[in-house]
Amino acid sequence: MNNKYETHEHDVLVMGAGGAGLRAAIEAMAQGARVAVVSKSLLGKAHTVMAEGGIAAAMANVDRADDWRTHFRDTMRGGKFLNNWRMAQLHAQEAPDRVRELEQWGALFDRTADGQILQRAFGGHTFKRLCHVGDRTGLEMIRTLQDRGVTMGFDVFMECTIVKLLTDGKRVVGAFGYWREQGRFVVFKAKSVIIATGGIGKAWPVTSNSWEYTGDGMALAYEAGADLKDMEFVQFHPTGMVWPPGVQGLLVTEAVRGEGGILRNKLGERFMEKYDPKRMELSTRDVVARSIYTEVKEGRGSEHGGAYLDISHKPAEYVKQKLPSMYHQFKELADVDITKQPMEVGPTCHYMMGGIDVEAETAQASLPGLFAAGEAAAGLHGANRLGGNSLSDLVVFGRRAGLGAAEYANKAPAANIDDAQIAEAEKAMLDPFARNEGESPYAVHRDLQQSMQNLVSIFRTEEDLQQAMKELEALKQRAAKVRVEGSRMFNPGWHLARDLVSMLIVTEAVTRSAIARKESRGAHSRIDYPQLDDKVWGKQNNVTSRDGENMKLRQVPVKEMPAELQQVLAEDK
Amino acid sequence: MADAVLHVFRGDKDGGQAKEYRVPVAPGMVVLDALHYIQGHIESDLAVRWNCKAGKCGSCSAEVNGRPRLTCKTRMDALPQDKPITVSPMKTFPIIKDLVTDVSWNYEVNKKIPPFTPKPGVEWKMYQEDVDRVQEFRKCIECFLCQDVCHVLRDHDKKESFGGPRFFVRVASLEMHPLDNVSRTKLLKDELGVGLCNITKCCTEVCPEEIHITDNAIIPLKERVVDEYYDPLLRLVRKIRGAPQP
Ligand SMILES: Cc1cc2nc3c(=O)[nH]c(=O)nc-3n(C[C@H](O)[C@H](O)[C@H](O)COP(=O)(O)OP(=O)(O)OC[C@H]3O[C@@H](n4cnc5c(N)ncnc54)[C@H](O)[C@@H]3O)c2cc1C
Ligand code: SF4
Ligand code: SF4
Ligand code: FES
Repeated sequence: MNNKYETHEHDVLVMGAGGAGLRAAIEAMAQGARVAVVSKSLLGKAHTVMAEGGIAAAMANVDRADDWRTHFRDTMRGGKFLNNWRMAQLHAQEAPDRVRELEQWGALFDRTADGQILQRAFGGHTFKRLCHVGDRTGLEMIRTLQDRGVTMGFDVFMECTIVKLLTDGKRVVGAFGYWREQGRFVVFKAKSVIIATGGIGKAWPVTSNSWEYTGDGMALAYEAGADLKDMEFVQFHPTGMVWPPGVQGLLVTEAVRGEGGILRNKLGERFMEKYDPKRMELSTRDVVARSIYTEVKEGRGSEHGGAYLDISHKPAEYVKQKLPSMYHQFKELADVDITKQPMEVGPTCHYMMGGIDVEAETAQASLPGLFAAGEAAAGLHGANRLGGNSLSDLVVFGRRAGLGAAEYANKAPAANIDDAQIAEAEKAMLDPFARNEGESPYAVHRDLQQSMQNLVSIFRTEEDLQQAMKELEALKQRAAKVRVEGSRMFNPGWHLARDLVSMLIVTEAVTRSAIARKESRGAHSRIDYPQLDDKVWGKQNNVTSRDGENMKLRQVPVKEMPAELQQVLAEDK
Repeated sequence: MADAVLHVFRGDKDGGQAKEYRVPVAPGMVVLDALHYIQGHIESDLAVRWNCKAGKCGSCSAEVNGRPRLTCKTRMDALPQDKPITVSPMKTFPIIKDLVTDVSWNYEVNKKIPPFTPKPGVEWKMYQEDVDRVQEFRKCIECFLCQDVCHVLRDHDKKESFGGPRFFVRVASLEMHPLDNVSRTKLLKDELGVGLCNITKCCTEVCPEEIHITDNAIIPLKERVVDEYYDPLLRLVRKIRGAPQP
């Protein structure tokens, strides 16, 4: 190990300071591990801060009949049974404790009349299950976890981006990254690494996701040799803003529908009656997104190509109290008063169900020493995630990843860093500065987004997907030749040049998996294969891995569920 | 539509100056959109922080036409059209590059504040009317615009002895939590320097979350300090009567 680079040594390195990363760090510290948390943005700004509607947990504070079994069943049904059943079970069983723990660390949820945590209805959940704070639940959660971690004294490396996982051939031993501020490189030595880097939405132009969502964690894990799973399942949230152009894609929380919001087309028809008369607006997200898309495509869309979402039949004060940030968002950004007028909404790329393949109990990936939790991990949500099940996922499996990684670190011998891997990563980072010509990374990013929007979106066909593969190949060539201007100091163009590499890996995995899955299930809808195929595709997951320089896809059987859980699924309350 | 003209600060700790850019205007456009346009089409190394683009994360703070604002919530059509829009970094914090400043001092202040500490053996029951006022404080998105505008920090640079409005809001959220059991009044008086605030209310005016920083957080906290340190008799009376804390 040379001393050319700033180097830090810890037992556990956590990539990501969202809900999953923070909860993991807290748990690893509680086990006595020395923990570093690294994040691309400032502490408290990760995606989790944006979550609005709530955190799902069968606490039964409002609907007494709720229990973990029903939550488990809803999650499996929402995920079209491709979920890792053990994860769905642990999640449903442990979520209430994780919510109570947040309260004990200072979170203040909205209350019921008898002084308990209030819960609201959400799509696909049988009972009122989402614990919430108005429509800023994520802020409450991230602030609570952040303060807990600060109190426990974790080492935080803010505005620091990891660009490579270091291995000793058999296991993960650290990571290599750069400080965004100065552009200096930094090496982290660790006995185990937890990836909690969130999703991939920035590869689409219409998205609720921020610049951070470029799939780094998944791409890094893939490059280091770990398996990715279920990559075809990208969730398009049915209700993003559609007008004005600058806010296109910004999320309109499902809580609007949870609180009674109604969807109509331009003819004034409550169209969900046609698509899911039983659950109506509170159907699962895949169904509502396809319904809106279809209405628009068939010429019944709203003025700017969406649907109308109306909550104005509720008292104005109630709307402002329950949905304050929606009220302000529309008022300030779209000149719409949602207490009086309908909102215009349409599908927006929102969440990645797929990700790093992990074991349910420990959150360990297929590569020793590597763990993953939160949106970056796959399994819990199967083919479609229910709203509110992400925030609970973060704390349930964040905690388990922290435990798993600390335990692993406890037994692992000291790590040896391979200088050659670092040198290679450093060269790749600096190449874009050395080029005398080449296009801007922003131009390549725009074209990538357009390809994904046009070809790998809500409805898919073989032809489009094959075309996408061609375009991705061309984009890869272009990305390898981008040129970066300016210095290494806080240079977004340079940062994007690296993020592009990650986006191109994950989008290729999405496209390949989507081509393979010749059926329609959850968030994956094939116009050329519109039916569910339970015999073949209901029984297997797509797994992506690296084979030298090539991407390899294989199918693995869905794990058999124990009889007592099958029984739970069969029950219908 | 016509182009907008922006004067955006470009530079670092060694100096710099505003640079002019022309950006095509789209309906409903916000200042952050214009900055992104510059990054995407004119100069890719313009340094800007942002995350949510929806006023939820508090990353995109800057001074627009001299006023501390979230750039993602500042509509171009709400600004005077007949002169260039100036965008500069928050003045109170050391500059890193362009619109990005070093806000790490805030994170250091936060570390001084004792965390939520429940009464031992407490029952976890709370009523909405008891949490309402604390929830107002917990809306804070840590944009640090209030810190930027407060003259104690901005003009007098009292970062050593003054915590700033953001952290009075934070202390208020803990002090008024129905189940919290520690006192932070000594910290407020000695380390966070709440006495230095002379209630100008500038912080309240810029808060994008519309938190009534001065009226609901700072003034009640000042009263607590006064009660405890300067008016022991009043404090005693209140205690005996069991009157609600201010
Ligand atoms: C607008 C919106 C509303 C939502 N509402 C809800 C809701 O109501 N209920 C619900 O359950 N879910 C909701 N979701 C989904 C949920 O918020 C996210 O899935 C979840 O917060 C992801 O958390 P995470 O911990 O996995 O990752 P994040 O919170 O996104 O954190 C990722 C972290 O990884 C870091 N990172 C990424 N790449 C790197 C790198 N290369 N090096 C170092 N660090 C890196 C980032 O800086 C960040 O700190 C919503 C999502 C959005 C966008
Ligand atoms: S009211 Fe006090 S804290 Fe707020 S800006 Fe004025 S002096 Fe600063
Ligand atoms: S109190 Fe208001 S202005 Fe100050 S940091 Fe919080 S949200 Fe920003
Ligand atoms: S980008 Fe999040 S507040 Fe502006």
